[in-house]
Amino acid sequence: MQFDYLEPRTIEETVSLLSKFDGEAKVIAGGTDLLNLIRTKIIRPKYVVDIARIPGLDHVKYDDAGTLSIGALATIRALEMSAQVKERHPVIAQAAGQLGSVAIRNVGTVGGNLCHASPAADTAPVLIALGARVKIAGPAGDRTTALENFFAGPGRTVLERGEILAEIQVPATPPDTTGIYFKHAIRGAADLAIVGVAVVANFDGGRCRNLRVALAAVAPTPMRATAAERLLEGREPDHALIEIAARAAADESRPITDIRGSADYRREMVKVFVRAAIKRVLPEENDRDNEIATAIQ
Amino acid sequence: MKRLITLRINGIDEEIYAEPWWPLSRVLRDELNLIGTKEGCEAGHCGACTVLIDGKAVMSCLYLAIKARGKDIATIEGLQGNDGALHPIQKAFIEHFAVQCGYCTPGMIMTAKALLDENPNPTEQEVREGLNGNVCRCTGYTKIVDAILSCGGKPKN
Repeated sequence: MQFDYLEPRTIEETVSLLSKFDGEAKVIAGGTDLLNLIRTKIIRPKYVVDIARIPGLDHVKYDDAGTLSIGALATIRALEMSAQVKERHPVIAQAAGQLGSVAIRNVGTVGGNLCHASPAADTAPVLIALGARVKIAGPAGDRTTALENFFAGPGRTVLERGEILAEIQVPATPPDTTGIYFKHAIRGAADLAIVGVAVVANFDGGRCRNLRVALAAVAPTPMRATAAERLLEGREPDHALIEIAARAAADESRPITDIRGSADYRREMVKVFVRAAIKRVLPEENDRDNEIATAIQ
Repeated sequence: MKRLITLRINGIDEEIYAEPWWPLSRVLRDELNLIGTKEGCEAGHCGACTVLIDGKAVMSCLYLAIKARGKDIATIEGLQGNDGALHPIQKAFIEHFAVQCGYCTPGMIMTAKALLDENPNPTEQEVREGLNGNVCRCTGYTKIVDAILSCGGKPKN
């Protein structure tokens, strides 16, 4: 593991370094993913550009409209522990608490988790389900895009030459919004997800509104299960409809077989966890179903 | 190329010539002979290398030493008092037989310190979740959890 270490103090300087050393430079924030890639020789960057000392990139704050802004350098732990996030977007704090051990969450950043672009990224499904957008800084200035469209494949994003992810923006949710992130993994949070499922919704007299289902570790990128969403939107879900929607999510997932599970197993687990997640967010949830959801968590 | 960096470790400033890609665990062990911090998986899974940076648990195998400039680093060597007395968490590990081979112990104790500093009276569930990044191949964890729970409510130092 050998590289030159560069420490820009501004976004502009970072963009200029990344433009100059295109293909030879990698950005480091916390480093919990990057150092593993370098140590195992999956990548061999000539330059490592440390953005950790750029001021003003680690905020977790709300504006007057209730939009949550997360600086790319905010740690996963900061998101998990934020009193405001727990109150206003509790599902984000809950999902952040499922990413790795505390020692990883203390160092790993939200921007890093997204830019690493693992199909199993634990922050991605809830942020996608909540309609998050990302602000990208680059040579031509800033641009924003939906987080849903940020991922291009395993380890790949839509970031172009000289660009970095600067901020994640999450719109306010209606007050009665509920959500859950289920992570199915052998060692719990400390492990990579076999399947990750986020469901966010609010309800109007029992009918689903703005229901979103997003999945991790079952496609080349984190993905929305739009077929499942369409089946439920505007409807009052009963057990039969939930079953059909969960099956639809499993059908639209595109998992692979790897060391953590076979494609068939993953597809089956998509069904199980989407079903449990929908039951969990329903307002008139009965205790027995909650027990089932807890038992398989 | 090596650079001269200053790291504040257990309250003492140490000057070291370090390559920028050296993880903190390597600097602690190979440059400063602070071998209480262990290297296990070197991938962030086992927790044997856990130290505190500005009071927070960090895997030192996945943290570049050069990034630790200007921060307070605490290792297992700094836990005991100036009079040589063991830290209450260290005593609790002995009293509860929470050590077998001992390789995971420094990481377990540093993780426990950060956990108890933040949450002085944790529940068993909170202790088990707090330790989920620290692997022990000997004890089955029960004694370690007992030791940490026994420290609940005690003074920090």
